[in-house]
Amino acid sequence: MPAAQIEFSKELTAFIDEWKAKPGSLIMMLHRIQEEFGFIPRLAAERLSRSVGLPLAKIYGVVTFYHFFKTTKPGKHRIAVCLGTACYLRGAQDLVDEARAILNLKDEEVTDDGLFSIDEVRCLGCCGLAPVLMIGNEVYGKVEKDALPEIIAKYREI
Amino acid sequence: MAYKNYILVCGGTGCESAKANEIFTTLHHEAEAQGVKNDVQIVKTGCFGFCEKGPIVKVLPQESFYVEVRPEDAKEIIAEQVVKGREVKRLLYKKNAKTSDTVKLEDIEFYQKQFRIVLRNCGVINPENIDEYIAREGYTGLERALFAMKPEGVIQELKASGLRGRGGAGFPTWLKWDLTIKAKGDTKYVVCNADEGDPGAYMNRSTIEGDPHSILEAMTICGYTIGAHKGYIYIRAEYPLAIERLKIAIKQAKEYGLLGDDILGSGYSFDLEIRLGAGAFVCGEETALLQSLEGKRGMPVPKPPFPAVSGLWKKPTVINNVETYANVSVIMAKGAEWFAKIGTEKSKGTKTFALTGKINNSGLVEVPMGTTLREIIYDIGGGIRGGKALKGVQTGGPSGGIITAESLDQPITYESLSALGSMMGSGGMIVMDEDDCVVDISKFYMAFCVDESCGKCAPCRIGTSQMHAILDKISKGTGTEDDLLKLEKIGKAMTKASLCLLGGSAANPTSSTLRHFREEYLEHIRDHKCRAGKCKDLVVYEIDPVKCIGCGLCARKCPVPCIAGEKKKAHVIDKARCVKCGECFKACKFGAVNKK
Ligand SMILES: Cc1cc2nc3c(=O)[nH]c(=O)nc-3n(C[C@H](O)[C@H](O)[C@H](O)COP(=O)(O)O)c2cc1C
Ligand code: SF4
Ligand code: SF4
Ligand code: FES
Repeated sequence: MPAAQIEFSKELTAFIDEWKAKPGSLIMMLHRIQEEFGFIPRLAAERLSRSVGLPLAKIYGVVTFYHFFKTTKPGKHRIAVCLGTACYLRGAQDLVDEARAILNLKDEEVTDDGLFSIDEVRCLGCCGLAPVLMIGNEVYGKVEKDALPEIIAKYREI
Repeated sequence: MAYKNYILVCGGTGCESAKANEIFTTLHHEAEAQGVKNDVQIVKTGCFGFCEKGPIVKVLPQESFYVEVRPEDAKEIIAEQVVKGREVKRLLYKKNAKTSDTVKLEDIEFYQKQFRIVLRNCGVINPENIDEYIAREGYTGLERALFAMKPEGVIQELKASGLRGRGGAGFPTWLKWDLTIKAKGDTKYVVCNADEGDPGAYMNRSTIEGDPHSILEAMTICGYTIGAHKGYIYIRAEYPLAIERLKIAIKQAKEYGLLGDDILGSGYSFDLEIRLGAGAFVCGEETALLQSLEGKRGMPVPKPPFPAVSGLWKKPTVINNVETYANVSVIMAKGAEWFAKIGTEKSKGTKTFALTGKINNSGLVEVPMGTTLREIIYDIGGGIRGGKALKGVQTGGPSGGIITAESLDQPITYESLSALGSMMGSGGMIVMDEDDCVVDISKFYMAFCVDESCGKCAPCRIGTSQMHAILDKISKGTGTEDDLLKLEKIGKAMTKASLCLLGGSAANPTSSTLRHFREEYLEHIRDHKCRAGKCKDLVVYEIDPVKCIGCGLCARKCPVPCIAGEKKKAHVIDKARCVKCGECFKACKFGAVNKK
C-alpha cells in the first residue's frame, strides 16, 4: 500500500534538498516544515523521514524534545503570552487567565472556529515592554487585562 | 553627500513592536511630501536601551532625543526640525510628567553612568549597512589579526585585556581559545552561543540586532586564531529580527571579502552558518547546544572532555557568548591596554544588563564592572516603580539568587555576585518590590526548571519536581516547617549530583530566598498568610462595612459575581465563591476592600 501523501510546496522541497546534505540539519528542516504548516503534521514527519533517510522515531525524538515544535494544529491566530520573569512580575499570569476565560480555552486547546489558541511562552525578548503578548507576528507591549477583549476582537475579522 | 539632518529611529524589537516601523515609513513619506527628501537621511538603528520610553527617535546634529513617539508625530518632526530647524519640544525627554523642562541627551540620568562598549554601535549605526560599521573602526580588529599578528599574538592580546566569558561562568576567553589551539585535530569549529534562554534577559538579542557585524568579526578572528574554517551561530528561533540582521550581515561581509574564501587576500578562509534553536533552555548549556547543533535532542554530556578538546562532532570547538565576541572585536580594534583600564582588577571591561521588573526605567544598560547595584537601580533605573520598597534583585535568572537591599553597595564583579549567593549570569537583572512574594517567585523559577530539565539525570529530573511540589504546598498554606528542611536537603543533593548546571543551580533561587526571607516562608506555613498577597489561596478579600458607601462598582467588576448588597448600603463578598481575582480591590475608590 502506498504511503499517504502530503503536499510540500516547491520551496519546502527545495529547502529540504539543499539542507539534507548538511550535517546536523534536522532541526532546520523541522523549522521550515513548521513554517509551512504551522505545526509538524505526522504525514510531513513521515515524508521527511523517507526523503532524508532518518528513522521516524529519531525525528519524533527531536520534535518532542523542543518546546518550539508543535504536533497539533494551532489556531489561525496563535496568541503567545509571555510568562518570562519580567512579564510574570508585571502580571502576565492574569493575562493568560483572562485570555483563556475570554476564549473559553484550556491549555493548548483551539477555539471551535479554529481561529485562536493560546500558548504560554518564555520571554520574547522585549522585557522592557512587559507584560508582552504576541499574536501572529505582532507584538503587544504593556498590555492591560482590560485591553484584551479589544485586541482579540481585532483578529476575529481577519 | 551631506544631509542637513539625520533621523535615527530605534529598530530594536521592543520599539519595533511599538510601531517604530510605521514611524520610520511615515517619516520617509513625510520627507518626500514636504519636499525635503534630499535634506534628511532616515535610518533604522539598533536598540537605544531606553525601552521604557520607546519608541525612540533621535535627530542629529541637534541630538534631539524624542521619546514615546507615535507615527502621527512624524509630520511634525519633518515640518519643524528638517524644514524649519526647530526641535519638537513636546516630544523631548523630560525628567518627569510634571515638568516641561526638557533634558539634554548627555544629561539623561539613564545614560550618565553607562559606558557603552558592547553596545557602542547600538542606536548609532544602521545595522543593515556594513559601511556604517566599517566607518566606526569595524573590521580593523580583523585586519590587525590577519596582517599584523600571529595566532599567539591574538592570544596575548586577549590575555592582556583580561576578558572573561560573558555567558555566565566568567572563564578567561584567552585560555579557552588557547586550549583549543593546543587540542589535537585538523578540523576545529567556532560557535556563538546566542540561545539566551534566561527568561527576562535580552542583551544578546539587542546586541545582534544593533550590531551584527561585531559578532561576525570576532568569530572570524577566533577562527583565524584557533585554525578553524567554519563557524556556527546558534540563535533562538524566537528572535526573528536578530536572525534577519545576521543573514544580511553575513551576505554583506561576504560581498566585501570579509568573510568566505581568502579573506582580504590573506589566504585565510572562514565561513559562517546560522542555526536555530527550538525553545529549550538547556540548549544554552554548551554541551547541550553542541548536541543540538548536531541535530539531536539537546541533552548535556559529562565534562570533561571540554568542548575545547572534544566539541562539535568531537572536534575541538570554541564556544563563546554573544557579548564575549562583541568585546573581542573592540579589544582587537582598540587594544588590550585600553580595555584593561576599564572595570576592576579581576573583572575587566563592562557588563550589559537587561534591567526589568519593578523598576521605573526598564531597559538595556551597560556599565563598567565594579559599578554598584544601587547605581544601576537608582541612578540609571530611576528607582522602584510607584515609590515602593525594594525587596531584592535577581541576577542569573533561574540559576541565580536574590540580592537584598543590604548588599546594594557591593561593586558588581564575578566574584562579588557569587559571594552574595547569586551569579553574574548572562545579564538578566530583575527588580522585585514589596508586592512580590518570595515563595511565589521561587515557585515560578522552579516551575521553569521542571519544564526545562532535559530529564537525563535523576537529581534534576526528580529534584526539581519535588521541590516544586513542596513550594506549591507552601504557597497554598499547607506546608510544614519540616518542608523547609526538605527543600534545603533536596537542593543540596541537586547541586551536588546533577550532570549539568541547570540542575546544579536550579535550587539557587529557593535557597537564597530561604536564607534571606525565611520568616516569609514561615508566615505562609504558620499563619497561612502571604504578606505580598501573591499566593492567591492565602488571600482573603473583605469589605470594610464602615468605609463602604455601597456604590456597587466592585459588584459590577466582580467576574463571578459574588459581591452583593443594596444600593448605598455596605456590600459583602461571598468568600466561598470568591476567585481572588482582586478586581474589587482595584475597583473600590474608597479603600473599602481589604486584602489580607
Ligand atoms: C542551564 C544553562 C543555560 C545556559 N544558557 C546560556 C545562554 O543562554 N547563553 C550563554 O551564552 N551561555 C549560557 N550558558 C553558559 C554556557 O554553558 C557557556 O558557559 C557559555 O556559552 C560560554 O561562553 P563564554 O565563555 O563566552 O561565557 C548556560 C549554562 C547553563 C548550565
Ligand atoms: S542537570 Fe537537568 S538539564 Fe542537566 S543533564 Fe541533568 S536532567 Fe538534564
Ligand atoms: S466599590 Fe467599594 S465602596 Fe463601592 S460597593 Fe464596593 S466596597 Fe463598597
Ligand atoms: S520576560 Fe516577557 S518578554 Fe522577556
